[in-house]
Amino acid sequence: MSKREEAIAESHRLAVEISEVCDRPTILMEVCGTHAHQFARYGLAQLLPDHLQLLSGPGCPVCVTSASEIDAALMLARLSDVTVATFGDMMRVPGSDSTLSREKARGADVRVVASPIEAVALAERTEHQVILIGIGFETTTPGVAVAVREAKRRGLSNFTLLCAGKRLIPALDALMAAEDVSLDGLLGPGHVSTIIGAGAYREFVMRHRVPCVIAGFEPVQMLRAVLALTRQLRDGRAEVQNVYRGAVGEEGNTKALAAIDEVFEPADAEWRGLGVIQAGGLRLRERYTQFDALTRFEIDPPDSREHAECCCGEVLRGATRPQECCAFGIACIPENPLGPCMVSSEGACAAAYRYEA
Amino acid sequence: MCVAIPARIVQIEDDTATVDIGGSQSTARVDLIEEVAVGDYVLVHAGFAITVVDEEHARETLALLREAGLL
Ligand code: SF4
Repeated sequence: MSKREEAIAESHRLAVEISEVCDRPTILMEVCGTHAHQFARYGLAQLLPDHLQLLSGPGCPVCVTSASEIDAALMLARLSDVTVATFGDMMRVPGSDSTLSREKARGADVRVVASPIEAVALAERTEHQVILIGIGFETTTPGVAVAVREAKRRGLSNFTLLCAGKRLIPALDALMAAEDVSLDGLLGPGHVSTIIGAGAYREFVMRHRVPCVIAGFEPVQMLRAVLALTRQLRDGRAEVQNVYRGAVGEEGNTKALAAIDEVFEPADAEWRGLGVIQAGGLRLRERYTQFDALTRFEIDPPDSREHAECCCGEVLRGATRPQECCAFGIACIPENPLGPCMVSSEGACAAAYRYEA
Repeated sequence: MCVAIPARIVQIEDDTATVDIGGSQSTARVDLIEEVAVGDYVLVHAGFAITVVDEEHARETLALLREAGLL
C-alpha cells in the first residue's frame, strides 16, 4: 500500500471509530482556518456521522482583523511620503470603502513583505516613513516583536507599527460566552500552539469544562483529534490533549513568548464578529510606544462599519455557515470578496466556496 | 496565514539562516528558537523559525502543504 492509500484507509478506520464513539448530537469547532480548509479539501466532514457537526471558528488573523483596523491601515496608506508594509493576505481585505490593493492602484506605496524584518530593512533604505501592518496571532507576533526591537536597536526614526496583533485564548473565552454559539469541543490550532504551548489551554478548559485537542494539519491527525474529542465527551471528561507532538510542547516556545512580552502588553482589542475582547490584543509597552503608528501620525480610525450584507462576524463565531450568507457565491466570490472570510485562503467562506459550493 | 512551512537549515550566520524549503532557498531568522544546527528541520512562519521538528514530520508536512495547494 502506498502512503496515500494507507492514509485513506486509516481515515476511514478513524471515521468508523468516531461514529461508534460519538453517540449524541455533537458540535465541534475547528479554531484554525487551515483546519477548516483541510476538512473541506479532503471531504473529511462527509466521513463523519451526521449528528457530528464541525463549525469554523475565528482562527484566521486576516478574518478577525476589525474593519476599524483595516480603515486605519487605509488612512495610513493615504498619507504622503509613507510606505506601508503588509503581509500579502491583507491586500484585498475590504475596509469601509477601499482595500490596500485599491490604494496601491491609486498610487499609494504599499508593499507586500514576507517577514516583519523586511519592513525594518526597508526603513533602513528609505527616507520614507515605513509602517508595518502588524496583524497576527501568537504565531506571527513574536516576529513582529523582534522587528520592533530591531528598529529600536538600529535607532530607526522612520519605522512604526500598526499594532493589530491578537491573543487567541481571550477570544476563545469570548466565544464560549457568546449567546448564539454552543460548542461541545474545540480542535486546537497547530501552529499558534507551537508558540503558546498546550499548557496555555489548561485553565481555559477548566473554566469552561470543554475538551480541547490540539492537532496539526494532516487529515489523519485531524481525525485522531476528532476521535479524542468524542471520546472525552463520551466519558464526560474535559481535558487538553495534544496529538501534534512533533511540533507542540507543554510550554510552547518560551523564547518567542519572551519576545512578545518584552515589546507588547495585553490590551483590549476589537475582533470582527466577537466585538471588543478584554486582553484580546496587544499594545506596545511604554518603552516602545515611539513606534506606534496611530500615535505618530495622529490617526483616529472610525468605528467599524462592515458591509451590510456580510455575515463574516457570525461566520467567525460559528453562528452562521458561509452558505447561509445571502451574499455567498453571488455578490461575494473569491475574485470579488465582500468580506475577509472570502479573501483569505484560510477563510471559512473561501474554503466553502472552493470545495463545497 | 498561521501556517508555518518546514525548512532545512543549510547555513547559519548570526541570527539568520539560509534554509531550503523543498528545493528552493530562502532565509529565516533563528533567534526565536533555542539551539539549532545546520541540517536541522524547522517550521518557518513569516520569516522566523518557530520550532524545530524531526525530518519525517518536515517531509510529510511539506508534501501535504504542496498537495493542499498551500505552498
Ligand atoms: S460569503 Fe462573503 S459576504 Fe458572506 S460572510 Fe462570507 S465573506 Fe462575508
